[in-house]
Amino acid sequence: MAEALIRVEGLYKVFGKDPASVMPLVREGRSKDDILAETGHTVGLKNINLKIGKGEIYVIMGLSGSGKSTLIRHFNRLIDPTEGRILIEGVDVMKLSPKELIAFRRYKMSMVFQRFGLMPHRTVLENVGYGLAIQGSDRNSRNDKAKHWLEAVGLAGYGEQYPSQLSGGQQQRVGLARALCTNAEILLMDEAFSALDPLIRSEMQDQLLELQQKLHKTIIFITHDLDEALRLGDRIAILKDGALVQEGAPVDILLHPADDYVAAFVRDVNRARALTVETVMTPAACCINSDSVRDALATLESAGRDYGFYVTQAGYQGTLSRRRLESASGEHIDSQLLEAVSPVSPDALIETVIPDTLETPGPLPVVDKDGQLQGELSRANLVEVLGGGSDRNAA
Amino acid sequence: MADASWLREFPEMDRMDLLEIRKTLDTAYREFSRSYGDAIESFFDPLLDFLIWFEQLLINSPWWAVILVVTALVYSATRSWKLSAGVVISFLLIGYFGMWEDTMSTLSIITVCTLMSIVLGIPIGILMARSDRVQTVVTPVLDIMQTMPAFVYLIPVVMLLGIGKIPGLIAVVIYAIPPVIRLTNLGIRLVDPEVMEAATAYGASPMQRLFGVQLPLAMPTIMAGINQTIMMALAMVVIASMIGVKGLGQPVLKSITNQYFTLGLFNGLAIVALAIIFDRVSQAYARRTQRHMKGGRNG
Ligand SMILES: Nc1ncnc2c1ncn2[C@@H]1O[C@H](COP(=O)(O)OP(=O)(O)O)[C@@H](O)[C@H]1O
Ligand SMILES: [Mg+2]
Repeated sequence: MAEALIRVEGLYKVFGKDPASVMPLVREGRSKDDILAETGHTVGLKNINLKIGKGEIYVIMGLSGSGKSTLIRHFNRLIDPTEGRILIEGVDVMKLSPKELIAFRRYKMSMVFQRFGLMPHRTVLENVGYGLAIQGSDRNSRNDKAKHWLEAVGLAGYGEQYPSQLSGGQQQRVGLARALCTNAEILLMDEAFSALDPLIRSEMQDQLLELQQKLHKTIIFITHDLDEALRLGDRIAILKDGALVQEGAPVDILLHPADDYVAAFVRDVNRARALTVETVMTPAACCINSDSVRDALATLESAGRDYGFYVTQAGYQGTLSRRRLESASGEHIDSQLLEAVSPVSPDALIETVIPDTLETPGPLPVVDKDGQLQGELSRANLVEVLGGGSDRNAA
Repeated sequence: MADASWLREFPEMDRMDLLEIRKTLDTAYREFSRSYGDAIESFFDPLLDFLIWFEQLLINSPWWAVILVVTALVYSATRSWKLSAGVVISFLLIGYFGMWEDTMSTLSIITVCTLMSIVLGIPIGILMARSDRVQTVVTPVLDIMQTMPAFVYLIPVVMLLGIGKIPGLIAVVIYAIPPVIRLTNLGIRLVDPEVMEAATAYGASPMQRLFGVQLPLAMPTIMAGINQTIMMALAMVVIASMIGVKGLGQPVLKSITNQYFTLGLFNGLAIVALAIIFDRVSQAYARRTQRHMKGGRNG
């Protein structure tokens, strides 16, 4: 993980008249329902600890009411914690004076909202430039930047419209452009795509990933949808009743759910669509580095394999099989000896390589865009991942 | 006397005591008005000057100039030829039937009362919206202002300031101001919390939130309040004329005492015409300026 940009330490949030009085109960580990019934206070967050690295997309996931919105609103202090610390670049945001807090919100973070949160009385262009207007930048430079970002999200020419004249997807693009326009380093997105149709939603996800490749923001993305989390997240944190139940890379969550709550989330996920080759491939078991047929056969023999990958300094060259090598006429490996196996990319979704994997007798080579062999993908790998992997999945 | 007479008759307070209370309060208030009346009156002097100046301006300007200016204002506010033509016709009829001067007086006092109500009412509404405590204090006061018969609060006003324009203006404002206050409060409280959150999240200061988001978004509701305020001010015209406010109310009052049916009817109709003009114009203006704010396709 990159250096931690955001750290949350021992964060508690209790909603109600006298939160402090309820804290002992919360610390005792009493359940949210109990505490609500007994004291009328709602436990929003319970002992949250997390670190978010610079430049990563950090997804916070959980069912409705699990505290996701509460948590994300602590980062820019739309909500104040009952207890705990939030450090951003080492600065404790609780210690900011009102003035510093305003400056912090203006320059450090921007936010995208579930129902867009656009200002209906301002044009699209004015909405995009809102953050800059608040900062006090002059109209011309503001409009120039706003136009630029409007274009970047594919809405060039819509500047003079009002939000109510746009479709939901377009409105959220405006929301995104507004967030990017201040050039803040941290982007908070609270269920930003949840209100959109599935098709538009997946377009927006693509767009976000595309922009992120160029911009390298630190994005905290909230969703209740695991597919979305897996697609976007570099890391995923799962909340349940205000507590963090699991945190890790998408594959970890998918393959090793920490408890039944997470397992229930994971159960319905189409893993073939969620996982990339890279996450399930194994190191190549048998690499042949010499161009002599005899050496190649010896390597296969010692590895106990029927197939091997022929790799030279220049990278992956092809796949060799014991059968062909044994019947080879020449001493040296040439292109005629290579099997007709097409390599797969580490970034490919498993879904797209299933046919090849099934048709090929041996493992598929995983080769990156520089032509280097990264590993291999075998049928056994696929069966393990798609066919269960965790026993909870069988349920 | 140790019987159960209190069961049959209400155990009233002793007459003498009641008299004493009344006397004390009346004396106290009279004392107050004697010692501070002049000071309070001179406090309102600038307002009185403005009121007189405005009334004279309307009355002394040539009738066609007034119609021209009013129509131009109406058109620029509503962009509607129909409404503008309606205004011209109404004013011509009013003038033709000999009610021009009274109408100008009424127009001036209504305008000033409305401005006063807005200037005082919107800030109070804003304070109410910001604090639940202010709201719980102000709401019952507004209820009293709206339900207390106007004649009752005319008494102290007249005792304090005598008969004339300023007491009339105060009475009208007391009667007419509650809608602006209530609807400013309501409008601000109804602003979409997510939009407010967005403003805060982007670092808007409280003032930037108020003027950049809350007031503009509350404007349709506030305009509805202003509209009601104007209507209520017009309704007070007749009562205000009892304490010396010139205008269409005085002929109506005269008609009641002398049973001049037609005179009353004409002046009444002139008030109605003003009411309709104010109402349509303020509504058309609100619609025109806020047409983008409604009908969002999502949320
Ligand atoms: N302002 C509030 N007052 C009282 N309870 C609240 C408030 N905001 C959120 N909650 C409660 O905190 C819990 C978490 O809410 P939220 O963070 O909105 O969940 P999510 O975004 O995951 O759906 C819920 O039980 C909710 O009822
Ligand atoms: Mg939420």
